[in-house]
Amino acid sequence: MRQGPLSPQLSVALPVLGAASILLTWQFLLPLLGVPAYIVPTPTAIAAVFQRNFALLLDNLRPTLIEALAGFVIGNAAAVLLAVLFVHNRVLQAAYFPIVLFFNTIPILALSPIIILIFGLGMTPKIVIAAVICFFPTLVNMIRGLDSASDNEHELFRVLSATRSEIFWSLRLPRALPMLFSSLRIASATAVIGAIVGEWIGSDKGLGALIIQASFNYQSDRLYAAIVLSSGLSIALFCAVVLVERRTIKY
Amino acid sequence: MTNAIEASRLDVGYGGRQVAVKVLSGLDLTVKTGSFLSILGPSGCGKSTLLRVVADLLDPLGGTISVLGDTPHAVRSRRDVGFVFQDSTLLPWRTVRDNVRLPLGVGQGSLTRKIEDRSEELLDLMGLGGFGGRLPHQLSGGQRQRVAIARALLGQPKLLLMDEPFGALDEITRDRLNDELLNLWRRTGTTILFVTHSIAEAAYLGERVIVLAANPGRLVKDLDMRPLKQDGNRCTREDPAIVAAMAELRTALERAS
Repeated sequence: MRQGPLSPQLSVALPVLGAASILLTWQFLLPLLGVPAYIVPTPTAIAAVFQRNFALLLDNLRPTLIEALAGFVIGNAAAVLLAVLFVHNRVLQAAYFPIVLFFNTIPILALSPIIILIFGLGMTPKIVIAAVICFFPTLVNMIRGLDSASDNEHELFRVLSATRSEIFWSLRLPRALPMLFSSLRIASATAVIGAIVGEWIGSDKGLGALIIQASFNYQSDRLYAAIVLSSGLSIALFCAVVLVERRTIKY
Repeated sequence: MTNAIEASRLDVGYGGRQVAVKVLSGLDLTVKTGSFLSILGPSGCGKSTLLRVVADLLDPLGGTISVLGDTPHAVRSRRDVGFVFQDSTLLPWRTVRDNVRLPLGVGQGSLTRKIEDRSEELLDLMGLGGFGGRLPHQLSGGQRQRVAIARALLGQPKLLLMDEPFGALDEITRDRLNDELLNLWRRTGTTILFVTHSIAEAAYLGERVIVLAANPGRLVKDLDMRPLKQDGNRCTREDPAIVAAMAELRTALERAS
């Protein structure tokens, strides 16, 4: 049977129905199967945590939000600046890009204790970890984006005797924006991961710390609530990026 | 009046003087100011390369070339040369109007004369009045190429270089744009160098048609079309004299390939 495209109503309704079916199955099937609540709590139990411990969740959301956001801004800004430097100085790029590449192969989990050793136990190491995790994909994408103008486009600017900075602002940068935004979307999720990983290793505040404490204390409804909140944070960051992208790129 | 282009024993290649792949070899060419020259040739004959040398996008390996009585570099710095590429090379994030205005925004540092914003007038001239606020992707291929021509004309260049500008268009659109280009040329008196793959297009447009051969690129045919046409470079595509000239060009092109 040939499948045609779905109607607009269906393409909105089906994901909602899909999610609802999974939540309902989770709510009613797991207790029936005898899965204990301290392993997998029901959706309503998790929702109840949001009502009961709202202040606690909010208190732990705040540091994670700040760390992820700061890491996101710092990591991506550093990557963009370094990409600009690399595309304008091929000698520097040849000398240092392989080292950056090597650096990226170190798993962030292995790197985190070192970062905490250097920066101590405050918010700084978490911001650094979130920044490091955002940095590399943006650097690679930004270099490719800045180099993505065609030969003809460069010749057009050359015929007009454009300066290097005019070529940068009027050609290279606008050409790079779509690729920059696609890596910012990815970074919006990884920045939150970085902040939470940092909090696992050494912190008593934040969603990461809450996740660790809740799992040690078998407070699995609280654990799940913290996970839902982390994912909500990623989604909010992602939506913010998409919003800015839609306003910036109109073609 | 000086010639628009005087090239003598021109060698052009890639890869530096030592390991050069020669694209053009010992080319002698003189183009009169205000004339319309069509350049025909098989792929790899160096017809695009010739335009790039004239536009100062590429340095020759040997020989001499003067453009409008000066060096290509001086002519480019003065913005006396306009270039139209095969793909329109419009910046997709700029509106049609802002694409035409691009020459106002960049490269002003090296300019001594003032370029006026004639974008509206040029868009009208190219039949694109009312399209100024659109984005390039909202236009047809023919319209995009019209915008590219308007952009090239904004600086009122004395020399217009066109590298297969209508090569990607359908035949009806191409014929229409050919007529518009001829009208433009009659009105402005700009010297035009027009590179094309199409024998019919070359013969219809050019006051003179040259054929280049490949490996290495050299001049193999130089045909004056003016005796075959009426005043103002006018002719019909079906004129027996034009058709005969096309056959002659075809023979030269086949030998060159």
